[in-house]
Amino acid sequence: MRNGNLGNGGPRGNGGPRPGRPVDLSVNCGGIRSPNPFWLASGPPTNTAGQVMRAFDMGWGGAVWKTLGDPITNTASRYGAIDYQGRNVAGFNNIELITDRPLEVNLREIAEVKRRYPGHALVASLMVETREDWRDIIRRTEDTGCDGFELNFGCPHGMCERGMGSAVGQEPRVLEEITGWASEFASIPVLVKLTPNITDILNPAMAAQRGGADGVSLINTIKSVIAVDHDTFSPIPSVAGQGTSGGYCGPAVKPIALHMVTRLGKAEEFRLPVSAIGGIHTWEDALDFLLMGASSLQVCTAAMHYGFRIVQEMTRGLEEWMREKGYARIEEFRGRALPNYEEWGDLDLNYRIVAEIDPALCIGCQLCYAACEDGAHQCIALHAGTRVPRIKQDECVGCNLCQIVCPVEGCITMVEVERGLPKESWNDRVAAGTAGAGGRH
Amino acid sequence: MLAIDRVESRLPDLKPALTEAQARAEAARCLFCHDAPCIAACPTAIDIPMFIRQIHSGNPVGAARTIFEANPLGHSCARVCPVEVLCVGECVYNAKGEPPIMIGRLQRLATDHVVHAGIQLFEAAAPTGRAIACVGGGPASLACAHELVRLGHRAVIYEKGSWPGGLNTDGVAPYKMHAEESLAEVAWLSEIGIEWRLGVEIGRDVAWADLEREFDAVFLGAGLGPDSALGIEGEDLQGVWGATALIEAIKTGRQVDPASVYSAVVIGGGNTAIDAARELKLLGVPEVRLVYRRGPESMSAYAHEREHATAEGVAFTWRAVPVAFEGNGRLTGVRLTSVDRSCNPVGEPFRVAADLVALAVGQSRLETLLAAIPGGIAHEKGHVVVDEATGRTSNPKYWAGGDLANGGAEVVNAAAEGKRAARGIHAWLAGNGGAR
Repeated sequence: MRNGNLGNGGPRGNGGPRPGRPVDLSVNCGGIRSPNPFWLASGPPTNTAGQVMRAFDMGWGGAVWKTLGDPITNTASRYGAIDYQGRNVAGFNNIELITDRPLEVNLREIAEVKRRYPGHALVASLMVETREDWRDIIRRTEDTGCDGFELNFGCPHGMCERGMGSAVGQEPRVLEEITGWASEFASIPVLVKLTPNITDILNPAMAAQRGGADGVSLINTIKSVIAVDHDTFSPIPSVAGQGTSGGYCGPAVKPIALHMVTRLGKAEEFRLPVSAIGGIHTWEDALDFLLMGASSLQVCTAAMHYGFRIVQEMTRGLEEWMREKGYARIEEFRGRALPNYEEWGDLDLNYRIVAEIDPALCIGCQLCYAACEDGAHQCIALHAGTRVPRIKQDECVGCNLCQIVCPVEGCITMVEVERGLPKESWNDRVAAGTAGAGGRH
Repeated sequence: MLAIDRVESRLPDLKPALTEAQARAEAARCLFCHDAPCIAACPTAIDIPMFIRQIHSGNPVGAARTIFEANPLGHSCARVCPVEVLCVGECVYNAKGEPPIMIGRLQRLATDHVVHAGIQLFEAAAPTGRAIACVGGGPASLACAHELVRLGHRAVIYEKGSWPGGLNTDGVAPYKMHAEESLAEVAWLSEIGIEWRLGVEIGRDVAWADLEREFDAVFLGAGLGPDSALGIEGEDLQGVWGATALIEAIKTGRQVDPASVYSAVVIGGGNTAIDAARELKLLGVPEVRLVYRRGPESMSAYAHEREHATAEGVAFTWRAVPVAFEGNGRLTGVRLTSVDRSCNPVGEPFRVAADLVALAVGQSRLETLLAAIPGGIAHEKGHVVVDEATGRTSNPKYWAGGDLANGGAEVVNAAAEGKRAARGIHAWLAGNGGAR
């Protein structure tokens, strides 16, 4: 990954690289334990025992069963996707609802899976309406031997119109009340799944904490219209020529999810563990969430796109990174990046970097020039006789755009310019009374 | 017009069409360079990154429009351009050590999309009442006429042969493009109102003076003359061909029977020599030998073409020239002699068996044709001298382009020069030139 600088710099873990040593990926998220942090999120991949058992055989550490409740009727079609630059499914949305199978069948299968895979995390996602419904479904589901519940307060389509899903997640008072019921009835951990379709994720998260939840999972999908069919004029996915808003997920949403997980990780008043969801496709995505404090990780779109085998890339990648950094357990680095997350007002305004082009690597595409000239600060110049652009380093603002658009790895680097100035943030200037006229130069 | 079971039909398409999915994947790789080097390398300056992006975004018709706006011959150029030394050769991916973008094949996808489906992108502007004669039915005249009609002028192409398209139809290597593809392009381009007079030779069937009377301006796009001869013994034997005549026979008819040829010798070092050798080899002739008077470094043929020929099994004899063709009515062999750096014979002549020879030692110039033009026309050894900006000749009523003016280049050069002349004629007419 570029510009992330994950894992380089910073102190090493326990005594440097451990190339030959085993690493322990096991986690405990709000009392729910699993051999690795990768859980299948509640959704189509966790619809049946056959799927979940195959997933466990492939290496998944846990699974959140497709939401139980009153069986529903689904539409055809249900999915839409955005392709980007020749790759399928950069973003994905769906209008599928909760399980369409009878509760007894689901409970029988959950019990069977738990019996065969006692060491894996098996969480039942639930969505019903009344206090009596919640009591009934929690009691019946607990009998399966499952490890915890996830209350689906996030689904942004179909169920919210019936007063469930994101209709609850968007209303902290209701969320707190229903969480309270579930905590009262359940003797196993209760996670609350949050919708991102709100202004500040801390509000519903705090409501879950007040309601007695053992953890939160986020994010559920984002309300979205994926596209419009240019011939039929139907929104996509199209159901008999009509469409509706669906839940957006996949790689495109990862930064949004990572922000929300970070928001909770930084909030001192919020103390619950977080099961992170949103666009996790590789070990690097997974590591981002762990470094921002997540205790477990949930994946759906990647499994829907590539099948269950994809988890092996994630576990192996995470293990390799841990060995390289000398970490034996996830707990040793979980939340490691949180202290480096600051509000904008606390960032150092005196820090300066400028771009540098390696002419030996430059292939002369001049994308950096076009980007800087049209899209940034006009700090790159072209010269006759060569296709290699030149950075006007005296004028370069260090914005990074040229490095981001450069197609050659390592060709453009951002070099620190020593200015001999101490750190000074906007908040420092405000405190010193210099934030006004003299604040910029 | 052309036989269905022509010999060229047996030759495969060496750069077959990409599927839509392949094209979109390839298009996704294009970096969309600023001031892209591929555009600078194209004689017609097609906005290549733009049409590739249009293909990627599912807009092949728009991509074709981008291509044809720049190059009316975009359909044939997609197949016959030596992209390796033009756009593709300049692709920045070469510097990155990665395969360059398949620009020709992407262009082909876009132009196939409109030409094969008969989607017309252009129309004639309101008539200006002016008329231009284009002499010669090849790419230069086509590009010129197409642009003229788009600008509202009447354009009539005179072709002395019986089919349109010039070398695109009867001279391009069949594994790059078959004749019917050229004819499809001609038909698509002509749809907007280009008029054709096939089988009419100016100077023989129509006097130049009459042409000048009927038309406001004349574009000369007559190309080159017949294959040059060596003037050595046995050149009239059956089995001795001029290379372009051989290729034309392969492309347009059935006179050449590759199965009856065991050993073929091609004389020459240019792209026509390579084309003839590759075509014979790919048609199944067991032994094909190219004989050139200098070494490989001096060949005017493209290196990538020579490499293809080598890979396909063409043998090369360097620094040798033929001194006589042998046989009794029919060719049976070629007597060769080695030559030194100054092309003087060294050592004893030697013989190679051959039942077919193709002479690719150049084409004659159309000096006789030029001499017949009233008032004359400036040329250098048969290459008409034209103004760089307008394509106009020394004779105020005449413009020229293509091989007749440039001495023999690519279809894309002819297209650029034909279009340039059309613009030149249009500007002249707009300034009330040629008012009668």
